[in-house]
Amino acid sequence: MALCALRRLARASGTSVRFQRRCLVTGTAVRQVAGQEEGVVIMEVRDALNTAMDEELANDDRVFLIGEEVAEYDGAYKITRGLWKKWGDKRVVDTPITEMGIAGVAVGAAMSGLRPICEFMTFNFAMQAIDQIINSAAKTYYMSAGEVPVPIVFRGPNGASAGVAAQHSQDYSSWYSHCPGLKVLAPYSSEDAKGLLKAAVRDPNPVVFLENEIMYGAKFPMSPEAMSPDFVLPIGQAKIERAGDHLTIVTFSRMVGVALEAATELEGRGVSCEVINLRSLRPLDRHTILESVKKTHYVMSVEAGWPQCGVGSEVAACIMESEAFDYLDGPLLRVTGADVPMPYAHNLEQLAIPQASNIVDSAARLLRL
Amino acid sequence: MSKPSKDQMLYMYRKMIEIRQFEEAAGTLYQSGQLPGFLHLYIGEEATAVGVCVHLQDEDYITSTHRGHGHLIAKGGRRDRMMAELFARTTGYCKGKGGSMHIADKETGILGANGVVGAGIPLAAGAALSAKLRGTQQVAVSFFGDGATNQGIFHETLNLAAVWELPVVFVCENNRFGMGTPQSEHQRIEDIAVRAPSYDIPGVTVDGNDVLKVYAAADEAVTRAREGGGPTLLNCDTYRFRGHHIGDPGTSYRDREEVQEQERQRDPIRRLTEVLTEEEGVSEDELSAIEAELAKELESALEFAKNSPEPLPEDALNDLYAGSIQP
Repeated sequence: MALCALRRLARASGTSVRFQRRCLVTGTAVRQVAGQEEGVVIMEVRDALNTAMDEELANDDRVFLIGEEVAEYDGAYKITRGLWKKWGDKRVVDTPITEMGIAGVAVGAAMSGLRPICEFMTFNFAMQAIDQIINSAAKTYYMSAGEVPVPIVFRGPNGASAGVAAQHSQDYSSWYSHCPGLKVLAPYSSEDAKGLLKAAVRDPNPVVFLENEIMYGAKFPMSPEAMSPDFVLPIGQAKIERAGDHLTIVTFSRMVGVALEAATELEGRGVSCEVINLRSLRPLDRHTILESVKKTHYVMSVEAGWPQCGVGSEVAACIMESEAFDYLDGPLLRVTGADVPMPYAHNLEQLAIPQASNIVDSAARLLRL
Repeated sequence: MSKPSKDQMLYMYRKMIEIRQFEEAAGTLYQSGQLPGFLHLYIGEEATAVGVCVHLQDEDYITSTHRGHGHLIAKGGRRDRMMAELFARTTGYCKGKGGSMHIADKETGILGANGVVGAGIPLAAGAALSAKLRGTQQVAVSFFGDGATNQGIFHETLNLAAVWELPVVFVCENNRFGMGTPQSEHQRIEDIAVRAPSYDIPGVTVDGNDVLKVYAAADEAVTRAREGGGPTLLNCDTYRFRGHHIGDPGTSYRDREEVQEQERQRDPIRRLTEVLTEEEGVSEDELSAIEAELAKELESALEFAKNSPEPLPEDALNDLYAGSIQP
């Protein structure tokens, strides 16, 4: 992310930070920032994920990592950097290119006493493994009436990257959140990444953990609490990233940042937005959504995935089906990815993904600004 | 070639009778409309499950298939709880939530029968990986049919198991048909064991209806796995005497004569009976007594199942998620 975008982001989230260059020699992620609130450090999302896994490997002998290039290569996106060196072959297991095999073997390991973290290089490739994720992982606890729990985490980047085109850019949020038996998480910030991944590892159920490649390098402040090795975020609870009174924006993952950008611009036009970072797609925190809608009377959902049967459809339906419906002064508007496979050309790609201007324009239409 | 003792033979005889009786009873119940869903009978294939599982302890793992009752009983599954599961009662192994194709029992290492062809194969390899990472002596066995050997997951798993030298035995039950499709129409090879060298693992083919041959081959394969020698593909040539599932007579795609010939010549129970009576000095009466005892036990199992409660409406929402976050 460009430095100016980061600064805008910092302003939008109500933090003031000074960014320092990363030390190229040691690559240390954590920096004390001058003039910053005591004890707050800046951390990249990728390092938050790395720290989370490192801590969980230390916390529980049964936890192990498995995936393509997770060991010596340090991970295709460097998320598992240094972990194989520290923990060795028995805790960080490299695999051939064999997604269905990896997923099935990992599920079998989870059924027999271990707690695997199964990395997919991207969730696009996880389609190869979908039978094992759904039929073997998600459904087994129910089919066996509680006899066989499957404590596994499936993690990796989900959604658009940059210029990698259609087969490498799909957003699977609505597919996975559709399925009972799974828990589905979508972190935005570094705090989300760390706290939710630790929660996912400790949860005895199969968890699909949807990261975002573009966000891996994004830096966020981490509170002393977030830096603790015991820091765990609750699954099923959304976070109100920015409180507001006029318009609720329900979103998740990278789009939270885009929504916050839009919220800043809308603030300048007299509209105070409440930005809800869902964090958890299943279970979905309907309570936070409904309470916010009752307060603001206007709601938009923002997601990067395709519109039909997307997460926004669920948000719309649950508002309609609740008492919050009576509080609406207008319909829910969805801002989503364009209804096409992701094009390669940069200009087309930018048109296919929600930008802050799309959110602002939709809000202006909804609120008749 | 290792040979079972007389006691072991009698044990295997018991197990095969248990399976045969259970399957015949289940078949009758389904045919009369008393039980819902699918039923895939194992009749005729008993020697494979029994000859393999006799070498396994409770803490060893198996994965099974839609045609799984034989594996489950051979591994130590109780017929009363299995029958209760077929009857969809709360006393069944899955409290009526799983049914015939998904029975699981942690205590006897049954990770679950799987209704998707081939899908259980990697789960067994995963359990083997788990044993290896945990440093135990446990072994995992995956049962699957000839049809499954064309699924990508079969190839992916054998490759992984070979690369990682996992303590797993892959047992193929080649009953010559993938549902209604003869083997000659779904793969070019006849002897499935020839696929093993592709992964640089040993492959062995035996007469799957001769429990003594299965016993010997499985002994070698299980021992190899347990001693860190890695996986084996054990191909057992067998035949199912009934159709693919209840409702399929099994004769639209097979010669009736062929089926009858198999039943006459290759019934695994009759073959073991011959060995026991002609070579091990066991009397027909002794064997009849075992049969009668097991028939009586099955009667009680049936009573138990029929008298067990059905799930309550709210049970539909139970056991969806395990516990809560653990510290």
